[in-house]
Amino acid sequence: MSEYAIEMNNITKTFPGVVANDKVTLQVKHQEIHALLGENGAGKSTLMSILFGSYSADSGSILLDGKPVEIKNPNVATSLGIGMVHQHFKLVQNYTVTENIVLGVEPTKGRLLDMKRARERVEALSSQYALKVDPDSLIEDITVGQQQRVEILKTLYRNANIIIFDEPTAVLTPQEIDELMEILKKLRSEGKTIVLITHKLKEIKEVCDRCTVLRRGRCIGTVDVQDVSEQDLAEMMVGRAVKFEIDKPEQQAGRVMLSLQHLQVADISGALRVKDLSLDVHEGEIVGIAGVDGNGQSELLGAITGLLPLSGGSILLDGTSIGNLSIRQRIEKGLGYIPEDRKKYGVVGEFSIAENTALKNYYRDTYRKRFGILDFEAMNQEAENLIAQFDIRSAEGAKTNAGSLSGGNQQKVIVAREISLSPKVLVVAQPTRGLDVGAIEYIRKRIIAERAKGRAILLVSFELDEIMNLCDRIATISKGSIVAVNKQHEVTEYEIGLMMAGSKKEAAR
Amino acid sequence: MSMIWGMLPSVLMIVAPILITAIGGMICEKAGVVNIALEGLMAIGACTAAAAHVLMEGSGMPHSLSLFLALTMGLVVGGLFSLVHALAAINLNADQTISGTGINLLANGVTIFASQILFSADRTREFRMGMQTDALGIYPTAYIAIAVVVLSWFLLYKIPFGVHLRACGEHPGAAESVGINVKKMRYFAVVASGVLAGLAGGCVVLTQTIQYTSNTINGRGFIALAAVSFGRWRPLGVTGAALLFGTAQAFAIIANNIPALRVLPTEVFNILPYVVTLAALVLFSGKNYAPSAAGKAYEKGAS
Amino acid sequence: MKLSRQKFIQSDGAVSVMVVVLGFLVGTVLVALVGKNPLNMYKALFQALSGYNIDNGRMNVRYIAETLNYSVPFILCGLSMGFAKRVGLFNIGGEGQYIMGMTIAQAIALLGPRIPVMHWMFAMVGAVLIGSLWGGVVGILKAKYEVSEVVSTIMLNYVALYLSRIICLQLPGATTYKTANFPETALIGNAFFQKITNNSLLNNGIFMMVGAVLVYWFIMEKTSLGYGMRATGFNKDAARASGIPVVKSISISMAISGAFAGLAGGIVALGSFKYGRVLSGMDNYGFDGIAVALVGNCTALGTTLAGLLFGLLKNAQALMQGKQIPKEITFIIQGLIVIFIALRSALKLYQEYLDKKQLQKEVGV
Repeated sequence: MSEYAIEMNNITKTFPGVVANDKVTLQVKHQEIHALLGENGAGKSTLMSILFGSYSADSGSILLDGKPVEIKNPNVATSLGIGMVHQHFKLVQNYTVTENIVLGVEPTKGRLLDMKRARERVEALSSQYALKVDPDSLIEDITVGQQQRVEILKTLYRNANIIIFDEPTAVLTPQEIDELMEILKKLRSEGKTIVLITHKLKEIKEVCDRCTVLRRGRCIGTVDVQDVSEQDLAEMMVGRAVKFEIDKPEQQAGRVMLSLQHLQVADISGALRVKDLSLDVHEGEIVGIAGVDGNGQSELLGAITGLLPLSGGSILLDGTSIGNLSIRQRIEKGLGYIPEDRKKYGVVGEFSIAENTALKNYYRDTYRKRFGILDFEAMNQEAENLIAQFDIRSAEGAKTNAGSLSGGNQQKVIVAREISLSPKVLVVAQPTRGLDVGAIEYIRKRIIAERAKGRAILLVSFELDEIMNLCDRIATISKGSIVAVNKQHEVTEYEIGLMMAGSKKEAAR
Repeated sequence: MSMIWGMLPSVLMIVAPILITAIGGMICEKAGVVNIALEGLMAIGACTAAAAHVLMEGSGMPHSLSLFLALTMGLVVGGLFSLVHALAAINLNADQTISGTGINLLANGVTIFASQILFSADRTREFRMGMQTDALGIYPTAYIAIAVVVLSWFLLYKIPFGVHLRACGEHPGAAESVGINVKKMRYFAVVASGVLAGLAGGCVVLTQTIQYTSNTINGRGFIALAAVSFGRWRPLGVTGAALLFGTAQAFAIIANNIPALRVLPTEVFNILPYVVTLAALVLFSGKNYAPSAAGKAYEKGAS
Repeated sequence: MKLSRQKFIQSDGAVSVMVVVLGFLVGTVLVALVGKNPLNMYKALFQALSGYNIDNGRMNVRYIAETLNYSVPFILCGLSMGFAKRVGLFNIGGEGQYIMGMTIAQAIALLGPRIPVMHWMFAMVGAVLIGSLWGGVVGILKAKYEVSEVVSTIMLNYVALYLSRIICLQLPGATTYKTANFPETALIGNAFFQKITNNSLLNNGIFMMVGAVLVYWFIMEKTSLGYGMRATGFNKDAARASGIPVVKSISISMAISGAFAGLAGGIVALGSFKYGRVLSGMDNYGFDGIAVALVGNCTALGTTLAGLLFGLLKNAQALMQGKQIPKEITFIIQGLIVIFIALRSALKLYQEYLDKKQLQKEVGV
């Protein structure tokens, strides 16, 4: 028996335009929880996708328990005992828990499906590993934490000995994260080898034995977790000293700029997702909404911006009711929006930077020449100004195709556009998702700068540290309404976690 | 009441090909590929069947054998042509609407071109005798249609293959991650829809007319497509939808038997099936029931 | 070397030309396979383009004019499809919009006031309006009820065909296939053209077509309306989130799209015929417009060039038939062109493959 359960030696993998893995070597011991740490885009997911057979490496070798193997596809990986719990769950929404767990390996009686036998095995596994799920629920009806357990059961059903977890805690409450940590320890004690892909330093310190750090496709090194601090890990991950604290000067908040009163919003299928939500945001303050994805945040954002209609309640912007106004009218009244999904709602990829920065005000007099012709030169000029101001890296300046920019630069285009319109209220959703540390720092600094200018800022984020560090006041949302509002520094992450899950705390407004 | 029973054979004759095509379209979309080339594929099947039958008839082959072979050739050629769409949509990530439209245009040309070469006319030669009805006055195509519906239900819901196929249309990433070959599944689905459309085209020409012309299919392929959507992508629903649209189309024939309606110009009845389809789509737009990944090219590695 | 190859693949114009050439190539092979002489096909095309008959050395200017005349409805139907496609819609209802335009033009020609110039202008305006109505309905159905425009336009095509018959059979002097002759005031013929082109059917419609091309280009590229439409076509969600009125954009674009096709119907009705027609089948300009727009990449210039090509193909049909080549070969070539256009994305995949190989070389794999 070899010392290592997994050895990936000199793995190289390229995609059009990028080297995802550059001669990476990874060695995981038997029955250890091994962390794979790196920023977004460092190559962690790619490396594990190669292990799981979703991709094939361009060069390099893989050994399992000392024996060389060729993992051509997920089937082969599964037969070798490797299982993967994906970050974006690979579950069919309108199939049941059981159907998803046995997908691809359904038990049969003759040629016909034998779902009874499938169900029995699922229940047995569920109790053996203390992973509680209802075998007959549809995936679209269960919580995210339960869906993750289904993903884990998928691997156990296929007798996995090596289980890879890809950013498992991104979508969980603090309590659910604790539960997951316990599950990982139990799996380890049952003889499983675990690889944990993550960028959360706290979790690495809590449960991992060793950690391998990747940076921009290259392997930086492997360390024993107990020998290093979070600061050390951060420096390895980014390549320089990292500041965790954010400079936020003390500031007096002004009058109420955005007032949400008893809002009720339904999602596109008609189900009520926001129920009696009330919240005020003042000039010069940042109010954060903390909560697990799926508790009404998307619907709330939709209602404020105008993408979704209000089923009840009212929204006041600087005293004016905007609940009945069109999206364009709200923008004209001073509503800015940095959307969560920048590719879907933020930029038009086929347009140039200039056409994107003008997306919200192209029709106004500033850009109108005679006969209704658009003044494209003026648009380009304005875009060049913004590119300089916001340090947007582009190949051809204002005429660059927005789709060819990196994620960070696309986000900068959006931020530049919104800020240049001098909004009274700025609604920001998941502003730093998928960005590298440099871009994250920049965006956060900009948000604080807007706060200093007196804007009212509403921040929705699933990263609890981001909310805790940036916001003056923190509102916790659970099941569609605000459970409590607390001042920064007067509440702990753990308390917010409890509130996210539904138990109320005395609000300190 | 007896009049309605009297209508039944005509209704079934018209519904059968639409239903067969619709089931094919349903299987195709359930796997994630939208196939708007059903119209062209029906045309190809119809032309092939008509040409084959008239040629075999002329050479003295027994009638039933000739019909059987003609239908078989129709479905084979339909399947072959659908491979073009499959290749474009699945391997080359082409825009599925454009490649489907291209096949429709191509079929338009190829069928008449072939007729010109074979028969020196812009239509196939008239055959003497097509399919015959049974004792109840019902064409065998109706039974074929019922068999197709039952088979599709069994295939999609009772065996693992169907579970895998439907997963490809809902969440190809999930399917791929458990080892299902999404590309292979989709190829099967597209070719199945081509085979069924070709078969249905043959049924149209052998039961409703005596030759293939450029007017033979006249929108039936698109009506079948609408039936898939209206029937919410389930075998029973699609059957109901096909019955509705087929009945509307049969009205033109039936109207001749009802004195009160005979005064209206035939064009009014010609319009009826299309208007009914349109109204059905508006009233019951079932976008929420479509397979989640239908129409989108699947790229490996895209989560 | 690599840069120029990359630029080539990404240049839409080059792709269009390549696709057309490929289509012709396959068509040539097909003609040869069925035992006919492909050279005859090209001779017919050449004659239709230049008026020069290679076989007997005679020149007839009329062919050039006919090619131009045939291209008018192709270009207009191409503009129709192209305008909608820019907003993200697949308008294959050009045929129905064309038929309605033709029908109303015929009706106004036979029933309207016989005032010179005003008469045909009314007819044309009527054609444009009914076309935009027929298209606008599709836009509203899509924007408000999410009804697929692919199916609704096809349904409306057939409704238009039969509705046209119902209307035309009621017009003065109607038989099963034609109506009474149009009054002079309703026609859009051009005597000057007739004189210099040896009595071709080239008429004032060509001026209207040129105007339409300019309107298309102007709206799409220069106005804020076009800007909003293009944004909607590229990314409906981002456009909507940025305040662009998406429902309005989609409806208006379908209406304008229908207007182009309706105009085509009116021009063909009053320019190429002296009497109204009771349709028994579709002219297919609407369907061919799909291919025209795709080859022309939905731009004003591209569509014009592509429309001229299709006009050439159609004009050559009778000549081909005379040389024993079934005219349907042109339909086959059109279908192939559309399929090959769909494979444009295949070129992108090929480019990605090349990039990856290049990168692997650099990394030393």
